[in-house]
Amino acid sequence: MSRTRRSLRLLLRLIVVFKNIYILSGLIIVLLFVFMAILADIISPYSPVEAVGLPLQPPSRLYLMGTDNLGRDVFSRIIYGSRIMLMIVAIAVAMSGAIGTVLGLISGYLGGLLDRILSFIMDSIYAFPSLVLAIALSVALGPSPINAAIAIAVVYVPTYFRMVRGQVLSIKSETYIEMAKALGIPSTRIVLKHILPHVTRTLMVVFSMNSADAILTEAALSFMGLTVQPPTPDWGFDLYKGRGFVLAGMWWIMLFPGLSITLLAVGFALISEGVSTLISPQKR
Amino acid sequence: MEILLVNDLWVKYFTLSGVVSAVSGVSFKLRRGEMLAIVGESGSGKSTLGLALLNMVPKPGRIIRGEVVFNGVDILKLDPREIRKIRGSRISVVFQDPFTTLDPLRRIVDQFEEFLIEHGVEKVKVRTIVREYLEAVGLSERIMYSYPHQLSGGQKQRVSIAMAIALNPEVIIADEPTTALDVVVQKQIMDLIDSIKEKYKSSIILITHDLALALERADTIMVMYGGYVMEYAEKSELFSNMRHPYTRALFEALPRVLQRDLPRSLPGYPPDLRNPPPGCIFHPRCEFAVEKCKRELPPLIEVSRNHFVSCHRVGELL
Repeated sequence: MSRTRRSLRLLLRLIVVFKNIYILSGLIIVLLFVFMAILADIISPYSPVEAVGLPLQPPSRLYLMGTDNLGRDVFSRIIYGSRIMLMIVAIAVAMSGAIGTVLGLISGYLGGLLDRILSFIMDSIYAFPSLVLAIALSVALGPSPINAAIAIAVVYVPTYFRMVRGQVLSIKSETYIEMAKALGIPSTRIVLKHILPHVTRTLMVVFSMNSADAILTEAALSFMGLTVQPPTPDWGFDLYKGRGFVLAGMWWIMLFPGLSITLLAVGFALISEGVSTLISPQKR
Repeated sequence: MEILLVNDLWVKYFTLSGVVSAVSGVSFKLRRGEMLAIVGESGSGKSTLGLALLNMVPKPGRIIRGEVVFNGVDILKLDPREIRKIRGSRISVVFQDPFTTLDPLRRIVDQFEEFLIEHGVEKVKVRTIVREYLEAVGLSERIMYSYPHQLSGGQKQRVSIAMAIALNPEVIIADEPTTALDVVVQKQIMDLIDSIKEKYKSSIILITHDLALALERADTIMVMYGGYVMEYAEKSELFSNMRHPYTRALFEALPRVLQRDLPRSLPGYPPDLRNPPPGCIFHPRCEFAVEKCKRELPPLIEVSRNHFVSCHRVGELL
């Protein structure tokens, strides 16, 4: 009986989540791109790396988004390009989220010298313009998708660190933490079971907001040719290539990659906004 | 036979604006089955003392000297793992504000079980123990599956007490257990604590600012002021023979049923412990203070058997 009640409650909760228009629209956008990436082989009409028509054709029924200067189908390149974008962003956000959260928990809970050192390092990274740092790291590591992901991850670790550390500091002084200590619960358990669950809601907001940020940074790195090598389809790099043709009136080569980047970033930003309205009663 | 022996305990907070001496040279002993009330106003160091007994003084506080001997072992010398075994199972704490002592995101039963399993109770027995002790504090089994916000303050305090007694600890430190509750619930909770003391033969340290409550319930009373012990005696002795001006002032400040005048209040404020007055810490507010009080710290003198007073003029004033 209690199991059915529990699943009913979960369902109710899900309804509340999906009733939120921000979350719903954000999820639809993001999932659209995710499915695009997964099903790229099925939905894309042409090969993304071969010339399939005349170069520089405007959008038509044959080439939905036109063709580029090498005669490749822009639509197919957009579809395949979502793969590399989502992969790099997912790896980067997962890495920075995990590292930032763990360090934030440790630093906030233990305090002392370790906290000062970690905070100092994180603040130094944070003080640096993130894009410049990402580019510098990417160049230093050498152009490759995984190195780009690492560079982005490093840049965003402080975002998580600062947020988690701040929350831990305030939760740490709550009486129920003192109570847990007085009951003989070990510190690791206190951090994982009594503090971390209180941080997760805010973490979700930062997570999705940060994904939006990471997309823009990834696009910038790609734009500079620091992720994949041509001819692999990649939104940022296609954007770079397209810039020379815009003045000649061939807008489609640049517009569609740019639109995709923006749309995906907006999708994550919408989720973030929705989650933050859900968890803060004042905004509801 | 003493279960707990505190010897010359000093706790200081090293804050940025100066060193605060919160507990200064406190000594006492707690017998098995005894209820000791530590009475003092806000900032007298009584709560810090309670935390120090479990070596749990929060940063930037530090225990700088003294011993807390529990069953013949100095707790302050134990490593973190050993002291964790004692916390909650042999010495437990009931905190002041029941509204914040339970984790709001977890059900009562989850918090309770986590604590029991941590102390090595077998998983199969856990649920039974939770039921048993919730019942022992007068709660129905149903609240096990509630979240803290679904309970009233009194119910939450009962949950805390149930957890505090579940492993049958030798010492229970109750830090103002009734302060946040209304009077009717206060009485119920104090009755509960009394019955626990009878039933489980636990020793209880009742930390309170309420001298009346202490006189009503405790066996022994220790009056603290500014981190120092002012007077320490058995209840009957203290009641009939209050020797310290501060204890008397506290007593006179109690409202009385058969008295038409307002209770007398003690003028002035508690001392700034960053910058304590020289000599006797109480002298600025003491109506009997003489020159000596401003210069010399009065020792704790045993005026009669087991009755200790820290006052220069204890011999002259009766």
